[in-house]
This record gives sequence, C-alpha cells and structure tokens, in this order.
Amino acid sequence: MSFTVRKDPRGVVVIGVDGQLIVGNRHELKQKVLEALERGERKLLVDFSNTGYIDSSGLGALVSLSKKIRESGGELKLAGLNEDLKTLFELTKLDTLFTIVESPEEAVASF
Amino acid sequence: MPAFDGELASLRLCLRRHPLGGQGGRRGVEIFLRVPTELDVVEEAVDLIARHCLALGLSARAARFNLRVALSEALSNAIIYGNRLDPSKYVDVRVLATDSQVTLHVSDQGDGFDPSSVPDPTLPERLELEDGRGLFLIRQLVDEVRFNDRGNVICMVLRRA
Repeated sequence: MSFTVRKDPRGVVVIGVDGQLIVGNRHELKQKVLEALERGERKLLVDFSNTGYIDSSGLGALVSLSKKIRESGGELKLAGLNEDLKTLFELTKLDTLFTIVESPEEAVASF
Repeated sequence: MPAFDGELASLRLCLRRHPLGGQGGRRGVEIFLRVPTELDVVEEAVDLIARHCLALGLSARAARFNLRVALSEALSNAIIYGNRLDPSKYVDVRVLATDSQVTLHVSDQGDGFDPSSVPDPTLPERLELEDGRGLFLIRQLVDEVRFNDRGNVICMVLRRA
C-alpha cells in the first residue's frame, strides 16, 4: 500500500493510490493532500487506477479532504475507479458529492 | 481437535468439516479465526477468509466485493468501537459455509451497541460527515444482518445465487 504524488505539466497534482485506501493508511493520504495544499496546490486528482479496495474509513477521509480543499479554494476530482469502487460511491451517495471522471487523463484535462 | 488449515503472521485459521444436523444430512464447513485487536491485521484476516470462501464455492464477485467489504467493516467496527483498540482483547470470526449460504459471525469483547441507533449516512445532512458508513455498507452488501441482544456479535448472511 502506498501513494505516489506527481505534478502534471498542467498544474494538477495527481495522487495515485496503489493497493487499498483503508483505515490503516488513510492518514497517510490525508497528509499528502494537506502537504500539497500547504505548498499552494489547488488542483488535486486522486487516481484509483491501481486501487483494489476502499473501506468506509477511506471514503470518510476523501469526504473530509474534499471539504478542506473546497475551503482552501481548490478542487478535488477522482478518477480510475473500477466497478466495485464505483458501486461503493453509488451506494453511499458519495457519487453526488465528488466529481468522478472515468480516466485520469480526462480528469487532468478537465480542470 | 480440528486441524489448523493455514497460518498467516499472527493469525491462525481453524477449519473443520462437519454435519450441520437436521434432516437430509446436510454438511457444511466451519472456519474459525481469532483476530487480535489491531487494525493492521484486518486486511490479512479478510483475505484469508475470502480465499477460503471462494474455494468453498462462493462466487468470485461475492468473495471479492460483498464479503470483503462487509467483513472488513465488521472487523474494523469490532476493533475500534467494540474492543476500543484494547490490545488485551480479541475479535472472533466464525464462518459457516453450506450449499445455500455463507454465514459470518463477528464477535468482539465490548459492551455492544444498539444498531437501530445508527443514522442513515446518505441523508443530505450527514453526507459530508467523515464517519458512520460501515454498518450501512454491510446492510447494503449482504442478504441478511442480525445482532445478538447485547450488540457485540454481528451475523451476516450471503446467500448463494
């Protein structure tokens, strides 16, 4: 389980979630996003292309980050969700709270 | 004495085949796993149980998604809210797989809670709260959820299609 952070030439910070986003590593994701906000980044994308599973704590971490990013005048988008992950967002109605884009490339271009 | 079927780090899984009683000699497989009160072992525990349930004929989607989500959430709840992260306590998982269904019991050593008091996290006023989606997801993804009277044992049933 790990997170990769890179900045796209178009100024979007892309955070990749490798493996799972769960109760055991959600704080690490929060820290990475908050560090980016502190550096002045305002366009953030979480890429789930290599993510197998998100638990309710991971969903909660995303909700809390989304609020913080919005309050800082930034924007958060999510991309690369597999069918299982999409189902989790739909069941919890979090698909109504987040901007979810099919591919990370599309998402970066859409900021 | 049942044979130990697998061992993974601090987890030791016990599996036995036995008649379940009733008419017709229906047989089933029972899996027992004692999980320490550590969030880091939830993933291992769920993987171990999901792999066995897949081998016992649960569909790939149900094992990969429904069971994985439900069991992860139940274990996390048991560790955090049930045992309150007390390392001297443990969580027991008992799985009973028959031809018709897989039943998972997750028991913690806490005081229990009233499941009817847990609000719907999809209400507009609760949608932006960080916590409170675990039990909701369990209810959405398994066919039946029951609790004991004390509220420290959750029973989740996945019926085979």
